[in-house]
Amino acid sequence: MSMLTFAGVHAHYGAIHALRGVDIHVEEGEIVTLIGANGAGKSTLMMTLFGQPRASQGSISYQGRDITRMATHDISRQGIALVPEGRRIFPRMTVLENLQMGATFAKPEHFDGDIKRVFELFPVLEARQAQRAGTLSGGEQQMLAIGRALMGRPTLLLLDEPSLGLAPLYIKLIFRTIEALNKEGMTILLVEQNAHHALKVAHRGYVLQHGGIVLTGTGKELLASPEVRAAYLEGGAEISHA
Amino acid sequence: MGLLITQPKGAAQRLKDGVGAALIALVLGVPMLGLATADVGGALAVITRWPLLAGFVGVVFVGRLFFQWLIDIFSLRKKRREQARPAVAKSRPWLTWIGFAALGLAVMLPIAFSGNRYVIDTATTVLIYVMLGWGLNVVVGLAGLLDLGYVAFYAVGAYSYGLLSTHFGWGFWQTLPVAGLLAASFGLLLGWPTLRLRGDYLAIVTLGFGEIIRLILLNWTEFSGGPNGVNSIPRPTFFGLPFKPDSDDGATFASFFHLEYSPDHRVTFLYYLILALALLTNLFVSRLRKLPVGLAWEAVREDELACKAMGINVTNIKLSAFAIGAMLGGFAGVFFAARQGFISPESFVFSESATILAIVVLGGMGSQLGVVIAALLLVVLPELGRDFSEYRMFLFGAAMILIMVWRPGGIIAKREPTLRLGAAA
Repeated sequence: MSMLTFAGVHAHYGAIHALRGVDIHVEEGEIVTLIGANGAGKSTLMMTLFGQPRASQGSISYQGRDITRMATHDISRQGIALVPEGRRIFPRMTVLENLQMGATFAKPEHFDGDIKRVFELFPVLEARQAQRAGTLSGGEQQMLAIGRALMGRPTLLLLDEPSLGLAPLYIKLIFRTIEALNKEGMTILLVEQNAHHALKVAHRGYVLQHGGIVLTGTGKELLASPEVRAAYLEGGAEISHA
Repeated sequence: MGLLITQPKGAAQRLKDGVGAALIALVLGVPMLGLATADVGGALAVITRWPLLAGFVGVVFVGRLFFQWLIDIFSLRKKRREQARPAVAKSRPWLTWIGFAALGLAVMLPIAFSGNRYVIDTATTVLIYVMLGWGLNVVVGLAGLLDLGYVAFYAVGAYSYGLLSTHFGWGFWQTLPVAGLLAASFGLLLGWPTLRLRGDYLAIVTLGFGEIIRLILLNWTEFSGGPNGVNSIPRPTFFGLPFKPDSDDGATFASFFHLEYSPDHRVTFLYYLILALALLTNLFVSRLRKLPVGLAWEAVREDELACKAMGINVTNIKLSAFAIGAMLGGFAGVFFAARQGFISPESFVFSESATILAIVVLGGMGSQLGVVIAALLLVVLPELGRDFSEYRMFLFGAAMILIMVWRPGGIIAKREPTLRLGAAA
């Protein structure tokens, strides 16, 4: 049984039909990436998982449980953590408080160990722990957003465009962290425009276009696929529907 | 064998400790309880009371065991808490010192100005606004929900006391919790329909809510007395002793303490009463801020979606902010009604809401000490300006503008972190 399954999911933003029957699945221990151009529905897919917006058709299940109609906060309490697009840290609260917020539904006795682990992953956060999160640089904020998500001890980690707007050094660091987390057993669903990096770390990938999946395969296959190369790595043509 | 033993003990150690305490009780008890003198036929004779002594020693033994067991439980819990949560350290001690100095001044004020009714009255008014500011701070400062109708909850509290006391003879202390609950339910009533609103839109709805409450009080004459308000509301008593001139019907505060009757007693008592209520409010709110719910209020202010993605039920968090803010406003309202002895819708107009909001914004959103300074300014400035008669409000406005130019984030704009890791972590 897959950890996460989307079965024929449709979603609408008002009149816009953003997802048109998406089928994807994520197995335990995998890194799965969704790539696609701007407006292809990548972020929508991730937010539909959280019920924002709700799937208008089809079903989403997580560890065998149907979560299609669950309240957003209950979905997250199932053990799914989101590192949202644009990071969305709490800017006027300190770094430490941000991390503490992430740990709201984790057991308090895990707090010390978890925060140590986050500080080991991102030592800069330890140095900046008393600073207001809004004063961090973009890369540091991204690390904080990931650290905050990890504090909730998730079984599935969703990352929405973690490399967006970051300096190349930070992008490298973020992808290295993703791989390291996965080696420790974390299942990861990664949405990226940076197809090259994403496909290199991912076990499998899906290519999303106009709200539907047009191509799927292992990371290597997609990286080698001429359509993907043309559309996302060298820029240009759309993938014609098979 | 200190009283506050921090290291938890085992059962054997507790037993030993209990035996030790019993021995001490025995040694002390022999002369004090075991032996007594009695008048036997005109002469003093020593009699023994061994059963009483045995009972006493037994009680000490069992009591000490029980006490020690309680201490163990609490110290274990405390230890667990400390292990689970990193140490909280104060970063800016001077702010704390200013707070304590202000508290000291507030306690001393009626003594320094005893007999000066005007000063104590004004200080009481300042404290009412401080309490209202602290209450509204939960909603606006922490949870970030712009509430322009806060005075409605103040009115609910005031009318609760006014009506319950005049119709059903309820006392101040009886009404206080009931009025708080009532105000909190009105807070929920306002919170429910406005959950999806933010910023300007929320402000408009809350403004309307405040007006609705005022108009109901103004027009529902059978219920609230309409524009005539509620008259002769009983004043709070000092543990049942009224502040009245001496008369035949029962003891009064003055007669009980053998003092000369003076109306100042009541004024001073009211001052200390609101001081105590305000301090409780402060303690309550600053404790809440350090709990998960307080942190969640601030997180919801910062980013609702991120909160939801973290499993936080934003609905409950917002409603709790509305309810707790309203409850504190309700408490202040009860005090207001008890102090004035007369309430009417006139006291709960929009400008009151605006003043309270101005106190919160001017003080610095979320800052407790800032609220005190701002309340002091907003009440005392117009008082000082009395000499300038019609230029008074002009001066007041100019002062407010100057403060906002000087400190755009409020008087105390810097937010105090709720949590810091100790050096060990």
